[in-house]
Amino acid sequence: MGVLTGVLVANRGEIARRVFRTARAMGLRCVAVYVDADAGAPFVAEADEAVRLHDQASGYLDGPAIIAAARATAVDAIHPGYGFLSENAAFAAAVQDGGLVWVGPPPAVIEAMGDKLAAKRAAEAAGVAVVPSSDDPDAHGAADGVGYPLLVKAAAGGGGKGMRLVESPGELPEAVAAARREAAGAFGDDRVFLEHHVARARHVEIQILGDGHGGLVHLGERECSIQRRHQKIVEESPSPAVGDDLRAAMGDAALRLARAIGYVSAGTVEFLVDDATGEFFFLEVNTRLQVEHPVTEEVTGIDLVREQLRVAAGEPLGYGQEAVTFAGHAVEARLYAEDPAAGFLPASGTLAAFAPPAEPAVRWDAGVAAGSVVGVDFDPMLAKVVAHAPTRAEAAGRLARGLERLHLGGVVTNRDLLAAVLRHPAFLAGDTTTDFLDRVDPTPTLELGEAELERVAALAALWLQGENRAQALVLRTVPSGWRIGRLPAPSVALAHGERTLVVRYRSRRDGTFGVDVDGGPSRSARIHRWAPDTIDAEIDGRRAAVPVTRAGERLYVQATRGTVGLGIVPRFVVPGTEVSGTGGLAAPMPGVVLDVRCEVGDVVDGGQTLVVLEAMKMEHQVQAPADGVVAEVRVAKGQHIENGAVLLVLDPVTEDGTA
Amino acid sequence: MSPAPPSPVRPLLAPPLPSSLDVGGEAFGRNRADMLEQLAELDELLDAADAGGGQEAMERLRSRGKLPIRERIAAVLDPDSPFLEISPLAGYGSDYALGGGMVVGIGVIAGVECVVMGNDPSVQAGALTPYALKKWMRALELARDNRIPYVSFVESAGADLRVETGAGDGGGGRGGEARRRAQTSHFAETGRSFYELIELSKLGVPTVCVVFGSSTAGGAYQPGLSDYVITVRERSKIFLAGPPLVKMATGEESDDEALGGAELHSEVSGLGDYLAEDEMDAIRLCREVVSHLNWRKGEPDPDPSTVPDEPLHDPEELLGLVSQDLRQAVDVREVIARVVDGSRFEAFKPRYGSTMVCGWAEIHGYPVGILGNNGVIYPDSAEKAAHFIQLCNQVDVPLVFLQNITGYMVGRDYEGAGIIKKGSQMINAVANSTVPHLTVIFGASYGAGTYGMSGRAYGNRFTFLWPTAKIAVMGPKQIAGVMSQVRRGRAARKGLPFDEEEDAKIVAAVEEIQERGSRALVATGAISDDGIIDPRDTRTVLGLCLSVARNRPVEGAEGYGVFRL
Repeated sequence: MGVLTGVLVANRGEIARRVFRTARAMGLRCVAVYVDADAGAPFVAEADEAVRLHDQASGYLDGPAIIAAARATAVDAIHPGYGFLSENAAFAAAVQDGGLVWVGPPPAVIEAMGDKLAAKRAAEAAGVAVVPSSDDPDAHGAADGVGYPLLVKAAAGGGGKGMRLVESPGELPEAVAAARREAAGAFGDDRVFLEHHVARARHVEIQILGDGHGGLVHLGERECSIQRRHQKIVEESPSPAVGDDLRAAMGDAALRLARAIGYVSAGTVEFLVDDATGEFFFLEVNTRLQVEHPVTEEVTGIDLVREQLRVAAGEPLGYGQEAVTFAGHAVEARLYAEDPAAGFLPASGTLAAFAPPAEPAVRWDAGVAAGSVVGVDFDPMLAKVVAHAPTRAEAAGRLARGLERLHLGGVVTNRDLLAAVLRHPAFLAGDTTTDFLDRVDPTPTLELGEAELERVAALAALWLQGENRAQALVLRTVPSGWRIGRLPAPSVALAHGERTLVVRYRSRRDGTFGVDVDGGPSRSARIHRWAPDTIDAEIDGRRAAVPVTRAGERLYVQATRGTVGLGIVPRFVVPGTEVSGTGGLAAPMPGVVLDVRCEVGDVVDGGQTLVVLEAMKMEHQVQAPADGVVAEVRVAKGQHIENGAVLLVLDPVTEDGTA
Repeated sequence: MSPAPPSPVRPLLAPPLPSSLDVGGEAFGRNRADMLEQLAELDELLDAADAGGGQEAMERLRSRGKLPIRERIAAVLDPDSPFLEISPLAGYGSDYALGGGMVVGIGVIAGVECVVMGNDPSVQAGALTPYALKKWMRALELARDNRIPYVSFVESAGADLRVETGAGDGGGGRGGEARRRAQTSHFAETGRSFYELIELSKLGVPTVCVVFGSSTAGGAYQPGLSDYVITVRERSKIFLAGPPLVKMATGEESDDEALGGAELHSEVSGLGDYLAEDEMDAIRLCREVVSHLNWRKGEPDPDPSTVPDEPLHDPEELLGLVSQDLRQAVDVREVIARVVDGSRFEAFKPRYGSTMVCGWAEIHGYPVGILGNNGVIYPDSAEKAAHFIQLCNQVDVPLVFLQNITGYMVGRDYEGAGIIKKGSQMINAVANSTVPHLTVIFGASYGAGTYGMSGRAYGNRFTFLWPTAKIAVMGPKQIAGVMSQVRRGRAARKGLPFDEEEDAKIVAAVEEIQERGSRALVATGAISDDGIIDPRDTRTVLGLCLSVARNRPVEGAEGYGVFRL
């Protein structure tokens, strides 16, 4: 294989952009494929060329269409990213059969490792310890042999789908059945197996890299223990629990297995490390680039996408294990559009604000930009954010600060949770096991003290004042709110959650403002600079230049440790458009209506499930908040709905039992 | 509204004025302290005006779901836009409530500069006082002269009927007969306001009337003669005669709502164009109406991307410029240097007729020609002023008059030099000039000087006073002295002895009375101007007035009366 000249990335979002970045730096032409939902996404605009996928339902899983797109745009390689077709051996084979270069391991390796049971057998054969497990959940005594608690896992699975935790024998049959259903739905393969669940475990994985010439190295470990619902959200390298000896032992084990299966390209060997004993057990091999690959890149200085492309082009690695060195510590956080305060329900909407700070210097691999629409069609990861620093504490602090300074609004995210994790003493102490979130329970949302909230509200009001002046059609150069005689001071009402803050202010002759919130003490404020996206102001001597974004009647104002969203309460309400106080039952998340379980006129009990929604392949039941009578049903089965959409209207039951 | 395209930036190429003001000097310190004292008094009076009919009356309004007039006005204005209140201290020195029971001002509604007039229902239920009438007429004049939409917030008990019952004595302590005469003349004059309202509409100046409460009898013609009428459900009551008068006239029994409620007028009579659910809704509708007026100013505003320079010299120093004792000379260029953009001033004929400072400048980016007094007007200064006024009219540049004038010079030499001729040339030019005139009286405004420097009677657009202003036919000393000479002459003619001691007492007393009577507060109480301003606000006020004036095209005079040359 000669030098590559162009690559198509069979993926979307941040990973498409991330591959483009390296490929373009290597002189390659970059081609994207996209579905309509992504038509406005940055990765499409940034590609040298993009091909629309005609079959919207299959989308990024439509192998033949992707190969046809590669041919049509005359690239010579396909990079699958992660997810979608990245571990689809048939697709990899089809790419190669089509005369294109597959950026990944050989199809046979993908196939072998894709079967979790076969992979475990291969590991055992290579002398690598595995977690006690059973391939046949129905066999007599199988569960006892594995030992409780155990996990029921899909053989073809990944990403936590089709996985069930079972604490006791009584729960087993139901869990196996449910896992089979889910596995069949998600992967078209209902095989499941049992695996012992190590409660206080760490998820540690070894990055491997092989060429087609027998060259094979490992790039150390990543720890991915901070997870929610078996999905990683914080990853790091090196692991705080892995010393040189353990690293060497795990690296050797990973390379033994890699060599045994003839591994080529970048891959990951996952282990479970028992926090109590330090024993490690093989879990699986991921035959692709991982979301968390940047932490390895940061500590080794090796660009994994570059190595993938070089190896795919037939080049040898050109270095051995001794050349791989580790410097400092890297931590990655995954920014998701989801609500940690509401069971991590996926969130959607338009990112009114998305402005990563210039400092601290962290790596932002983002799939979105300000104005991006976050839908419900795909994984809700917005960005992976990576900090590299000499020490773990510094990397965590830097990453937390980067996240805190991110100006973000319009979509609910896990940003505040991530920052809370990274700043938590338990995390800093290295106490990172997979049950971290449940055990440590870091604050899921931004904690805003009264003083801070008032300060932010005052800044918001002053910014709005500046906007009013900047947009004035006449008398723009006259001082704000100037008057002869007396008129009530200008004021603005801002909604924050359930709370409404009324900020009053009056401009003074010396250019300052007297500002009070809810009639509290008057503070002296001075605006040093107003801009459409910033206010640089001083309140009672404390000055900060703060990003501000207005999206319709909402304002997003940067606070000390995050972004605060404020609703601008309109001065005037058009009669008949008042928001009805109660009765309407709103969708807690965007998604599809799976089932409507009531009809108009039904008398329902509080807690009764009325509508079932699905989003991100998760079901959610919408229940009656109180006893009532169904007055209106506004949705039907199969309907797509936005977050907050009114599903139905309930009339409360009056005291005599009638509606 | 679609703003007119911005005018090209053609900045004035003039150097900034130097300043020789001794801000560390004793005089400056004393002047400043005096000025701050007067401003503090002004503040107290404005607070009193704000209180309207008092806290109790305000609370009563609120309890009926009504907003005080100043809250209504604040709500209708664009947030954070300025409001230039006109004659807030009307009625000062009288028995009427400060402000006269009405608020008038110029503010911005939906991006349009408008005159807003509002009855204050906390003051005798909004009944029309003589001061309110004068303010009302001024509001109509402002709309007409500057061609800006007229918005009225009506809630008035209408004519004061107390004269018949003899109850109350709020009319300044006048007796019954005098009071009746005053009422009659008041009634006759009131009619002119309706005439003006009709004229405005014909001139293409939209009139918007929001009826918040009673609008009875003559008051009913306010909505009747307005282009747009907004009524408030269960609040507006508009009828030619209320239930008591109807019963007297025809015997018919009725109630307010059936006779003239908002719903009746919206659904049956058609007098109301928009029915509001409550006061805030009416204010919202008022803003909507103004927003559809397709308002375009007569003159484009300066390019919004250019920010006018602040004066080089600190306007704060204006506080210490003028002495209470107006005999202390003030160099008007020190005022100009603290008012105009970048303190840039291009003096015209600086070495000729130097008691009349003339020249070009910019204020908030608007070009202006400035005339300021640096002493008595001599024949050459009058001639220079007449020349300058014509130059500004030739190129459509508004004029700013900075008055500190004790008059035209008297004496044999000056009569011989034609002070009457030259002074008349100047007054002719002022009277026939058609560009907007803005007048600020920062010192004396005496006699014919008041006219020549475009006083209120000379059709200027705005007149504002500094607290140091004194307005009179002549200086207190001169009046007292002249009267003393008359007494002395009479005594001499009649051969009577002249009591010097007694005369000195009279002179002192007259001087004192005249001094007090010429105070800015007295003038503003009588609405002979638009209000007293803080000197530091001069630039803001002038910029605001220039913008407002430019709603009407600025067009210089094409002809003048015969100049007596």
